[in-house]
Amino acid sequence: MPTIHFTPHLQRHIDSPPREVEGDTVGEVLGSVFGDNPRLRSYLLDDQGRLREHLSIFVDGDAVSDREGLSDPVPGTAEIYVLQALSGG
Amino acid sequence: MAPTPHLAPRLYIATRKGLLTAERKPGAGSAVTPWVLTGASFLGDEVSTILPDPRDGNLYAALRLGHYGVKLHRSTDRGTTWTECATPGYPPRPAAADTRRRRARQGDPDESPWTLLQIWSLEAGGPDEPGVLWAGDLPGGLHRSDDGGESWELCRGLWDRPERTEWFGGGYKHPGLHSICVDPRDARRLKVAVSCGGIWATDDGGESWRLSAHGMHAPYMPPRLRDEPNVQDPHRLVQCLSEPEVFWCQHHSGLYRSTDGAVTWQEIEDAPPSSFGFAMAVHPRDPDVAWRVPATSDACRLPVDGRVVVPRTRDGGASWTLLSEGLPRRHAYHLTLRHALEVDTTGESPTGDRLALASNIGGLWITEDGGECWHEISRDLPPINAVRFG
Repeated sequence: MPTIHFTPHLQRHIDSPPREVEGDTVGEVLGSVFGDNPRLRSYLLDDQGRLREHLSIFVDGDAVSDREGLSDPVPGTAEIYVLQALSGG
Repeated sequence: MAPTPHLAPRLYIATRKGLLTAERKPGAGSAVTPWVLTGASFLGDEVSTILPDPRDGNLYAALRLGHYGVKLHRSTDRGTTWTECATPGYPPRPAAADTRRRRARQGDPDESPWTLLQIWSLEAGGPDEPGVLWAGDLPGGLHRSDDGGESWELCRGLWDRPERTEWFGGGYKHPGLHSICVDPRDARRLKVAVSCGGIWATDDGGESWRLSAHGMHAPYMPPRLRDEPNVQDPHRLVQCLSEPEVFWCQHHSGLYRSTDGAVTWQEIEDAPPSSFGFAMAVHPRDPDVAWRVPATSDACRLPVDGRVVVPRTRDGGASWTLLSEGLPRRHAYHLTLRHALEVDTTGESPTGDRLALASNIGGLWITEDGGECWHEISRDLPPINAVRFG
């Protein structure tokens, strides 16, 4: 099963330990995570279900390209990292 | 109205780097400032606005997390502990085909992202509406909660007005709904102000709305559009509690007053030292008394001649006194944002003597005598978005 890791930066706001997840796409994987942790959804996605502007998701080292539909495929052994962009002041 | 009259007055300070609290030191002599900074919450995170609910004492803080979006927290113990509650949100944006049809028919593309970008205003419903909250946001939506923030609903009566797609940003990319005035006589009657989308009124709790910015003028628009109510940029709208037919509005292009419930507006011309600014406050019991914090001009958003002043009128804007004792007198670069001038309306019979004034470079002052003398609390705070007594 794929494994998803969340930036330590996020832990300050919401508990989100690494975990194994089910799903063949980024959207399915996130849906699986949100099923157990519904509050996490609004931290990662905007009201239209798009990946938030200042977040990135990497699947096996590659940044996902479909930030709106979250359709990038996720191999069964993938390591997924949800990271924050370095921005702000 | 106040549920906690036995508690010391507090000022909540929503800043770019957290929520700060100031309290009045009991028994302090007049020679020292009786207000001191006492606490901080959400350090490091931007607090866009704050609401101390006068009906039940609950405190709400709206956060704008740079990476993770907008969050709303509630405290039932005056800010000691916090619980995250629901955040206002948007339904799925209409399908592209529908949007294209509408564009073809009306020629007014809906450029809104249909996602919450910032809670810009947060107000309690009426005393007879326990749990009702109103939130105004960027990109211009108004949201209602009936359960103290456990759930929210977008006010479709306003959002679905065809004029809404003509709104545009003022200072931000998207329009923002920043002022919500709940009529003290009838909480179903609201006035809201949008930058840039004029002033809107409802008499039925948000079901139906009408434009309420007639008489305002927008020189920044092409000549044909300058008197259109829907393009006006009201920077701040406030309502007199004891005479709710009277509203004051600091507009992008001047100062306005209405004495007929915002049906018509009259410009107050030649207000010294400048009629440009963002913040506005009206006395809770005297509709002729108001304060503002001008900047030089649209193009120079700094105090006139480097000197912070608070012009106060006691005659409905016919004349102004420039109050400055205790405020920076030279080489001052403070700008007061639209929610950073606040008159204390807490308690059974507010006197209108206590106000707080804050700036976008971390200055904070309080007056206890209607602005005659200001006490500096700090000039070292983060940029201040909003201040509220509670």
